[in-house]
Amino acid sequence: MKITIASGKGGTGKTMVAANLAYVLSQHERVSLVDCDADEPDLHLYFPGEPRCVPVKTGIPKIDTHACDLCGECGTFCRYGALTVLKDRVLFFSEMCHSCGGCTIVCSRHAISEEEHAIGSVEIRTISDTLTLYSGIMDPGQVLAPNIIRAAKEEAASALMICDAAPGIACPVIEASADADFILLVTEPTPFGVANLSQMAELTRMLKIPAAVVINRSFGDDELVHAFCRDADLPVWLTIPFSREFAAVQNAGGLISRAFPEWEKAFLDLYAGICSRGDAS
Amino acid sequence: MKIAVVSGKGGTGKTTVAASLADLTSGPLILADCDVDAANFGLVFPAKDTTTIPYAGREVACICANICTGCGACEDVCRFSAVHVNEWAAEVDPLSCEGCGTCTLVCPTDAVTLKKMISGEIITGTTEKGPLVSAKLFAGSGNSGRMVHEVKRRAQTPDLDSPVIIDGPPGIGCPLIATVGGVDAVLMVTEPGISAVHDLKRLVTVCKGLHLRMFAVINRYDLSKELDREIEKLCREEGIPIVGRIPFDEHVVTAVSSCIPVTRISCPAAEALCSMKEILFSKL
Repeated sequence: MKITIASGKGGTGKTMVAANLAYVLSQHERVSLVDCDADEPDLHLYFPGEPRCVPVKTGIPKIDTHACDLCGECGTFCRYGALTVLKDRVLFFSEMCHSCGGCTIVCSRHAISEEEHAIGSVEIRTISDTLTLYSGIMDPGQVLAPNIIRAAKEEAASALMICDAAPGIACPVIEASADADFILLVTEPTPFGVANLSQMAELTRMLKIPAAVVINRSFGDDELVHAFCRDADLPVWLTIPFSREFAAVQNAGGLISRAFPEWEKAFLDLYAGICSRGDAS
Repeated sequence: MKIAVVSGKGGTGKTTVAASLADLTSGPLILADCDVDAANFGLVFPAKDTTTIPYAGREVACICANICTGCGACEDVCRFSAVHVNEWAAEVDPLSCEGCGTCTLVCPTDAVTLKKMISGEIITGTTEKGPLVSAKLFAGSGNSGRMVHEVKRRAQTPDLDSPVIIDGPPGIGCPLIATVGGVDAVLMVTEPGISAVHDLKRLVTVCKGLHLRMFAVINRYDLSKELDREIEKLCREEGIPIVGRIPFDEHVVTAVSSCIPVTRISCPAAEALCSMKEILFSKL
């Protein structure tokens, strides 16, 4: 079972939900927690420890200047603008390269091979006998977050996987969500939260993955979210109130499910809901 | 002058700060929402007379099933696992396809062509503060960095030299890099939370690499004294001026819920934002 936590809007509490759900479930079974926000991975702040690092590399073109006749085919082919052929040399912009390998094939002089290029790493932390955290971390200045997310998910081993996605709905979120069995959508009960929730809900529909909503930082009146969810046929399974006490627990790197027993039960119930819905579909 | 409001971590208050800056600045402005995955600037400054232009940001491989022999050469070279050969012919998963075109190079029967995909819309309109350019990335359309470039291009009409206020995306990847390229200043909104501080450090690394002029504002600064001091220390070490400190104030929630700039409510957060704007503009 793979559960992805997503939101559309940033800062709604995805990481908090992922961390609490993984912690609570790891009291009962083996859990792989995967940080799929490779731009800004934060789960390790809740589960500190010395990591084992697995570098993530991609292939980038290496041009044999003796064989290259500056014909320009590679520059014309590259859709990402990573190769520009000048009169006397070929310019390569690694931050534009998507590592598709097309230039190595299009070159009629066989002047292009590939070399490895580091773009980030997967940090693996054993939190307990039953909980392992896999953090996809993109090197600052790099852009291929999906490759790092893929690598982090490949490292993760257990049958139960919880993936914490990036904000937004673009390629990193698609990479974190496309193979999920269930998507939890975390929202805040504001017009901003609901506007972005609706975009993410559209993506889950397109991916044909069952989903449910968690409302975070509720001030009591969540009608905006409930009205949207009724229209979109999405169930709301958990509402977490706004609380300075919760904020303080989290800022100390703590978990509300560890600090307050009633929240341990709330996250267990959330998982029970996911399991029953998963069976039904 | 172009100012981009960014944060690293999402939800720290970028749109609240950007909307307040716009509200407090007199004279015509250009507003740009570069958070194309989750655009909210237009909720605070609703645009009238909007023009919506479809945006074809990417190409996707299309395989003609009548010509395809199902040989699998395309599947072998695809690095994005976007092509799969079924019983009769190869099929492309448009969600995974990055439009690189490598499959077109190896198909022995020329069955593959690349087709333009409409990946979203660029929306321009008029607000009370001036033109607003925003965008809507369609669900499942992938890459948002190029769309950010298009939003910025349209916000830089040469006949208007009004200041441009950009509401940026979270993260440090391609949408962020596309947002901050060529701006005069980045205003980094952070808060005293462990995640926000961690993310701010990564954002500073990227912005430093791009030689950008950086300013910081601490939102909800009174939620943790210890982390507030950590942000101050980080900014001091990096030479980043802190231009504002906004207290936690439930009026901000009220403003967000009513989709108005918080600076239109008389409250402590609004006062702090006014002084932030004065300090920032005096330094620019």
